[in-house]
Amino acid sequence: MGNKSRNLFLIPYVFWIALFVVAPIILVLFYSFRGLDGSFTLSNYQHFFSSTYFQLTLSSFWYAFLITLFTLLISYPTALVLTKMRHKQLWLLLIIVPSWINILLKVYAFLGILGTYGPFNAFLDVIGIGAVQLLFTDFSFVFVSVYIFIPFMILPIFNALDKLNPAFVDASRDLGASSFETFRKVIFPLTINGVKAGCQLVFIPALSLFMITRLIAGNQVITLGTAIEQHFLVTQDWGMGSTIAVFLIIAMIIIMFLSGNRKWGLTSGKKA
Amino acid sequence: MKRLTTAFIVVVVASASLIFLANHLNASQGMGGSGTITVFNWGDYIDDELIDQFEEETGIRVVYETFDSNEAMLAKIQQGGTSYDIAVPSEYTIAKMAEDDLLIELNHDQLPNMTHLNPDFMDLSFDPGNKYSIPYFWGTVGIVYNTEMIDDIDFTSWDDLWSEELKNDILLVDGAREIMGMSLNSLGYSLNTLDRAELQEAKAKLQTLSPNIKAIVGDEIKMLIGNGEAPVGVVWSGEAADIMYENEALDYAVPEEGSNLWFDNMVIPRTADNIEGAHAFINFMLDPENAAQNAEYVGYSTPNLSAFELLPEEVSGDERFYPAPELTDRLEVYDNLGREMLAYYNELFLEFKIDLR
Amino acid sequence: MGKKRNWPAIYLSIMFVILYAPIFYLMFYSFNSGGTMYGFEGFTFDYYLEVFQNTRLLIIVLNTVIIALLSAVISTIIGVFGAMAIMYVKKQQTKNTLLSLNNVLIVSPDVIIGASFLILFTFIGIKLGFASVLIAHIAFSVPIVVLMVLPKLQEMSPTLIDAARDLGASRMDILTKIILPYITPGIYAGFFMALTYSLDDFAVTFFVTGNGFSTLSVEIYSLARQGISMEINALSTLIFLVTLSLVAGYYFISKKAVGMAGMGVRK
Repeated sequence: MGNKSRNLFLIPYVFWIALFVVAPIILVLFYSFRGLDGSFTLSNYQHFFSSTYFQLTLSSFWYAFLITLFTLLISYPTALVLTKMRHKQLWLLLIIVPSWINILLKVYAFLGILGTYGPFNAFLDVIGIGAVQLLFTDFSFVFVSVYIFIPFMILPIFNALDKLNPAFVDASRDLGASSFETFRKVIFPLTINGVKAGCQLVFIPALSLFMITRLIAGNQVITLGTAIEQHFLVTQDWGMGSTIAVFLIIAMIIIMFLSGNRKWGLTSGKKA
Repeated sequence: MKRLTTAFIVVVVASASLIFLANHLNASQGMGGSGTITVFNWGDYIDDELIDQFEEETGIRVVYETFDSNEAMLAKIQQGGTSYDIAVPSEYTIAKMAEDDLLIELNHDQLPNMTHLNPDFMDLSFDPGNKYSIPYFWGTVGIVYNTEMIDDIDFTSWDDLWSEELKNDILLVDGAREIMGMSLNSLGYSLNTLDRAELQEAKAKLQTLSPNIKAIVGDEIKMLIGNGEAPVGVVWSGEAADIMYENEALDYAVPEEGSNLWFDNMVIPRTADNIEGAHAFINFMLDPENAAQNAEYVGYSTPNLSAFELLPEEVSGDERFYPAPELTDRLEVYDNLGREMLAYYNELFLEFKIDLR
Repeated sequence: MGKKRNWPAIYLSIMFVILYAPIFYLMFYSFNSGGTMYGFEGFTFDYYLEVFQNTRLLIIVLNTVIIALLSAVISTIIGVFGAMAIMYVKKQQTKNTLLSLNNVLIVSPDVIIGASFLILFTFIGIKLGFASVLIAHIAFSVPIVVLMVLPKLQEMSPTLIDAARDLGASRMDILTKIILPYITPGIYAGFFMALTYSLDDFAVTFFVTGNGFSTLSVEIYSLARQGISMEINALSTLIFLVTLSLVAGYYFISKKAVGMAGMGVRK
């Protein structure tokens, strides 16, 4: 590809980045240095390093990790099964369709389903486990979050698996590899890009989840997202809210760097 | 590539036809006449029939927009961009808006129906002389509980919440002012206190409530109490009224130590275009018959005395929602605490939530 | 053999049951004459009749779908070019910077995006309403498209392009005949994810909307304080059924047209 066409690609995208990414970042940075009285101050940053926010940061990361892990564990086999179906594209669409129904409504439905008198507990009762409190627990929080993120994980993995050349798998089988070995040494490495994209799409937004923490976890789980929401909408302390946002952005960049860098080097190396 | 192009064309054609349809519907709804007013209100907080009636009577078209929190509404009005003619904020927001010069002074001459309002609810601290606001609905903060699950506590005191038998039974609304206020009231302090020591004490007391707290939730508290998920909830009276209407086992009490008295009020924001029309709308809503109709639809307590008298006895005689003056005297309206104190309330509440388990 | 095949089917069935459980729950209570999402009292069609009489609500639904479709299409176009830009930039550092900037909007909580877009729009002087909501939805959907398309581009063997160029293909040809067909599944994935983002968004839309323009999410959230009426459940049921039949219909029509090739899969 010539240099010129490369620049053409860049125009709309760079324009978008400048207007909707860089401008807001500058705004957020600007606000993060503003105190409650509107003066320039570092107090927000000082405040962030107090124990309260440290605790919040830790728990946000822990839950985001759990959510990503479970989403991946559930989505990968699903994507694998889907690629082997006859009408796979239709099935894939059917996985996405539920996410088009308003999330607040679905969460309300979950409040009913997971409730003490809901169908889930009735089911547990029937199979002899007996009713337990599900709402406002870590379980329900992770469960509903995973539910929400599943399509975001399945899609990229499905796309990676779908293009996988079946010849590789056959070859590996012919050479005497077990299914597990084939998966570990052939399938999984070849779909790692899809897995990475999926994990980024889940982990990063999971860090700033806020609505679910209140609705499903009843504020028993609190994340950085909750704190930002509070500062922007309740306290009207945009300064502190922005400060937390700055840290989220930094965390995201670190994650991107850790998860993507090596692979980036590889692909560009191949091209050169 | 061909398939991509086809898909692209399908989507564009579909959107174009939908736009056409939407415009068609929009046009069939519009009536023209002497201008429009834009009303910014909570969702489902007005009887739609009244809007139609207003449009018919005055020829003014009403554009109705909704918000889900005072703070979000405030942000929109601050930024401008839409000419909201009427907004319905809660009282503490009004003080803030007046301070930031976001409100237009009302012309009381254009609101002859103001005489119907209950004088007890006029001229309050958040808006002396009702310069900017007219009360729309009012209520209290109290405890809603399920009499089938709890029969030996009547919640005449906030301290009843701390009772040992309520382990893991209580739902709280997710509001710093409400919950800190509840704890302050239970200690005999004002819920508008500016004394940090009192607030620390209130937070410490709140933390001892943790074992009894099942969850701290938002509006979904209605559904959770309604379907028996938890037997006790600290809620606004309006929400309590809604669920009690559906579940007869529920009862509502305002503890005797005192509590919060809240108001939602009609104001004309600085962004208003049609100030004349806005006044006409407020006056229309103050008409006793309209106010009574609206109160029956929404289910909240009306501050309109003449409308109150028009309400059926079972509603107006209900002391839980139209409490006797002795109790009302012990209720406090939220003051505007100023940003720093408000931030402090929220900070303590956030810390309390983090330590919840 | 038969036994072995059952496990994937069972797994997938459980997935679908869970995925659709809340939706069926909503649908079930849309027929509840009690008017709540608990305690089913009796069967009624009232809420469905209400939906069709509520012109305002219907307009809002149309607005929502229009915004979703248009924003998904436009953000897909921008996103595909964005992904190519990231892919074909030579310098590693520029690449990483672009990718990081791309993801900022994914990590930012909606409230911040909404508030900063609101400030941005009032600053530039875009009238709040249809246009501002559309632009905002495009803006927050672009990064997800990029992330969906990028893995496909990475998989593509560079020799493919080299070969085409050696054979004398023009740049336009390379784009339309080689790159785009190869990444088509990624493009579809991006489009559908953008659609999902748009349909789900509440906070950003709330901040940037105005002048009477509203979407379904904004409407539903603002109803929460007074309680969500089963009319909304009825509406969601209708939307769900229409969507399902559109998806199935589109799939089978396009399948017939192309023969055995599935949607987005080129032979």
